[in-house]
Amino acid sequence: MFPKPIQNSSRAWQTTYQALVPAALVMWLLPLIAVAIFSIKPEADFTTGNYWGVPSSFEGLSNYGRVFFGSDMPRYLLNSVLITVPTVIGAVALSCMTGFALGVYKFRGNLLLFFMFVAGNFVPFQILMVPVRDLTLDMGLYNTKTGLVLFHIAFQTGFCTLFMRNFIRALPFELIEAARVEGVAEWRIFWFVVLPLMKPAIAALSVLIFTFIWNDYFWAVVLTQGAESQPVTAGITSFNAQYRAAYHLMSAGSIVAALPPVAMFFLMQRHFIAGLTLGAVK
Amino acid sequence: MNLAPETGSSATSPGASESWLRRNRQALAPWLFLAPGVIFFLFYVIFPILQSFNLSFYRWDGLGDPQFIGMENYRELMDDRAFEVSLWNNLKWLLLYLLAIPAGLFIALFLNQTVTGIRLYKSLFFFPFVISQVVVGLVFSWFYDPTFGLLNQVLAWVGLGPINVLGDPTLVTYGIIIAGLWPQTAYCMILYLTGLNAVDPEQVEAARLDGAKGAKMLWYVIIPQLRPATFVAFVVTIIGALRSFDLISIMTNGGPFGSSRVLSFYMFEKALSEYGFRMGYGAAIAVVLFLIMLCFIAYFLWSMYQDDKGGR
Repeated sequence: MFPKPIQNSSRAWQTTYQALVPAALVMWLLPLIAVAIFSIKPEADFTTGNYWGVPSSFEGLSNYGRVFFGSDMPRYLLNSVLITVPTVIGAVALSCMTGFALGVYKFRGNLLLFFMFVAGNFVPFQILMVPVRDLTLDMGLYNTKTGLVLFHIAFQTGFCTLFMRNFIRALPFELIEAARVEGVAEWRIFWFVVLPLMKPAIAALSVLIFTFIWNDYFWAVVLTQGAESQPVTAGITSFNAQYRAAYHLMSAGSIVAALPPVAMFFLMQRHFIAGLTLGAVK
Repeated sequence: MNLAPETGSSATSPGASESWLRRNRQALAPWLFLAPGVIFFLFYVIFPILQSFNLSFYRWDGLGDPQFIGMENYRELMDDRAFEVSLWNNLKWLLLYLLAIPAGLFIALFLNQTVTGIRLYKSLFFFPFVISQVVVGLVFSWFYDPTFGLLNQVLAWVGLGPINVLGDPTLVTYGIIIAGLWPQTAYCMILYLTGLNAVDPEQVEAARLDGAKGAKMLWYVIIPQLRPATFVAFVVTIIGALRSFDLISIMTNGGPFGSSRVLSFYMFEKALSEYGFRMGYGAAIAVVLFLIMLCFIAYFLWSMYQDDKGGR
């Protein structure tokens, strides 16, 4: 193990380390801690200049209450859910199939198609912006959640295919061969042999895509406008315009917007990290 | 019922014709599995790329008929001061964003211990990556705020004058990059923590017996073993740097005086802002950005191909 295990060090260094880690964490998360404190402060603290001091009273309930009952926030949150969940399902379903095809079969153009997905996934969004916006307008899906979902599914399929294909390649190929010798149909091999083994990959991708799509801002701005269909990332900016100097409300709103992916991460941590570190360990 | 065999295959045994069928079934199956994904991807990703290339030769306001003007958009880019600024800023992003890699390694080494509660610490350190860049941008613009921002309070304690990071054309891009480095470092940290887990303990012990420790051990024994992690960190950091848009849009909207623009933001501004919908010109900017990224994409694909040749 590197660095040397702390247990083998001097007592003094061990104690220092135990104190250093939380101190470093507080420094590292200082911006977020500040926002969390902002969100429970009364408005008066900001007008009197008590920005970074101790809150003069606890107003968390009324601040969060106003975010939930006095603004468009719940609507933006609902939009985000309605955009994110179908995207996750769609992208994961499509990429299970593409990943299976590219991982299991040998055919001409296999690597070429695989590289198409990988390269497409790395592309800058701007090269897609104008045509995709046009396409969405032409289909009558501009400013709808469906328009966003369809694009997100297509784009995320690139990353998901990369992931799924590599995952399937690492499975024991003998299982598939054995099923073939038994004469099992290809789609049954996919459904009954491979898919059950892919559960960890499906879990990893689901949390990852959830986070990516929940946090997407660019496409939300390009393909939608207004509270009817915009997700919470775009909503928070209009919230910002509406409550420009109301830091307590903005902070509460930001925390509400950030919470779902954070919760996802903590619930599914192992899978999340497995997805992000794909290829980082050999 | 027995179907008459096709002409030409009559000489082959039944067993061979069955295997022909099976081979055929196996040749068809991948295409059926691929069809929905590939069609979707072609429709929404690959064709739009080609369309953008095409569009960059037109003048178009998004409503009327596009007018073919050849290389005119690109010629205009050459004299466009704002384009030049964006390009330089992109370069700054590319170079400085790479700091996330050593910073991530440093934090990973710091946290790679087994003490009580370390798992929770590791995940809390990863926090900044999980939240939206929109929120990160807001938080950092408060941090930099000239009237009440924490940065100036801290500077005042150590006796330094107030600065307005986001209002200063020379500082603004660096200020935004620092905000971006925060989540990116967290990502690199996770990559390295995973990589460190896989470091071969026997090699470390052997090197230790040879008297290697500290920086020497890190450089000659550990970092070579972290190569895969470094590669992934490099890929995601480069892509992240070139894709930077959210932070700029939230924190400065390209200002002051366009000094914090990068290509991705400038393109958006040209194509979809109140200054007129110059779709063709925007497409030309996007093509330049795409070509820059293509150099990196080609390199990534090439190294993936090298890796893959060893596979089955």
